[in-house]
Amino acid sequence: MIRQPAGAARPPIAAAHLRTDAWWVLPVTVVIVLGAFVVYSTWAALQNAHYFFAPYLSPFYSPCLSQSCLHLTFGVGLPDVSFPIVGVVSPAFLILWGPGLFRLTCYYYRKAYYRSFWLAPAACAVRDVKRAYTGETRFPLILQNFHRYAWYVAVVFIVLLTWDALLAFRFPNGFGIGVGTVVMWVNVILLAAYTFSCHSCRHVCGGHVDVFSRAPGRYRVWHVLSWLNERHPTYAWLSLFSVGLTDLYIRLVSMGIIRDLRIL
Amino acid sequence: MATVTMRVFRGDAGGGSFKDYRVEADEGMVVLDVIHRLQATQANDLACRWNCKAGKCGSCSAEVNGKPRLMCMTRMNLFREGEIISVAPIRAFPIIRDLVTNVAYNYEKAKAIPPLRLKPPEADGTYRMMQEDIDRIQEFHKCIECFLCQDVCHVIRDHEAHKKAFAGPRFFIKLAGLEMHPLDAADRTPFVRREAGIGLCNITKCCTEVCPEHIHITDNGIIPLKERMADSFDPIVRLLRRFRGMRKDGA
Repeated sequence: MIRQPAGAARPPIAAAHLRTDAWWVLPVTVVIVLGAFVVYSTWAALQNAHYFFAPYLSPFYSPCLSQSCLHLTFGVGLPDVSFPIVGVVSPAFLILWGPGLFRLTCYYYRKAYYRSFWLAPAACAVRDVKRAYTGETRFPLILQNFHRYAWYVAVVFIVLLTWDALLAFRFPNGFGIGVGTVVMWVNVILLAAYTFSCHSCRHVCGGHVDVFSRAPGRYRVWHVLSWLNERHPTYAWLSLFSVGLTDLYIRLVSMGIIRDLRIL
Repeated sequence: MATVTMRVFRGDAGGGSFKDYRVEADEGMVVLDVIHRLQATQANDLACRWNCKAGKCGSCSAEVNGKPRLMCMTRMNLFREGEIISVAPIRAFPIIRDLVTNVAYNYEKAKAIPPLRLKPPEADGTYRMMQEDIDRIQEFHKCIECFLCQDVCHVIRDHEAHKKAFAGPRFFIKLAGLEMHPLDAADRTPFVRREAGIGLCNITKCCTEVCPEHIHITDNGIIPLKERMADSFDPIVRLLRRFRGMRKDGA
């Protein structure tokens, strides 16, 4: 046997990992939950129906921009886009790229899907499955560094969804509050918490400053956003569930499967 | 007193294997205590590096049941009764013998980091910093250089070819501390991108998970550094800064 000099080679341990705990549970859970959301949201976007029940508009279809929209957000609509075989493209596809890009490039979701789908690594101290690895240095993953642009877009969506939530008080017979109104407000609050706890938001609004004592306003904003940022993963999951459940609630009410209860 | 089974790696670069030992463990012991008892009673030649036994020197880094940990901060009551406890050297670095590895890679990386470059003093010839200016970087100064973050980082651990052009999480927080320093005038952006290879980090947060000092390596160090890289090509930020007349060394 050729003896290697001390400190020249790594420990001769062949196993890919030595962990004895159930490290695989978290990545599998993420695959199931994220996969289920992607399947549901795609299905809901393809339906092009049951996304509006006065005064509730599903977040998957807001803002509704096509002429054929059940509820036009800005009063006038863009011409419908139609393809052979596919037919009229659902208005959801005109806007879902915005929040979709924000979640896709989110620092937290990157951690989640790099571990669960890329298996790079599947869990800490578990060997990467793929031998080749370039991180975020090449196309397309280098584009993850543009996350802040997706955040700028996401902020616009928060404004629009807040407007929808305000309209959810305006019933055909006047002011009112229904279970749907509460559902829409919970959704917009969780989405706002997720959007404003974003790492890019924290940096752009104050984190870039080196001398905080010369920028007291931005220091205070950074301080609040840092508190929110610690809870970013929680808001990421809660807002994912809330946006899906809000669509589901409005869809079921619109289909007549459940009745929207009026609180006020 | 209970008897525990310790599966300890014995060997060097030439070869080695795990060997089982039955060791008496007292209540309140940590893994390092048991390793010391094993060394004293059954394996006098077992190589193990340690110093303070208080989680402050960062010497006794190892992989206990596959997880990078400080042996002195890993209580034996974490494990189930009858569970076999494996203790391996940190696997990202070359082995010297048994549980001792050569972590010189980290010292070479440390040497390459551009040091603090002080900006000019104030008119009275002094430097002033307010507490809020340095709160953020004091978190990074808690690092005890145990190199568990470097060990668990999959770029260093699984992709040997990248080691030359990658600094690793320990040095990203070092760089973040310098970049955020209120008195620093240097721009390390090109260094962070090229020599330190921050683009290779895919922020999977294992470094944060294993840090015994609970430093938020990813959220407070690596991601802010990545955002500072993005600043250099964000026209909106550049426009706002020009509007405000912002400098690298100021607000």
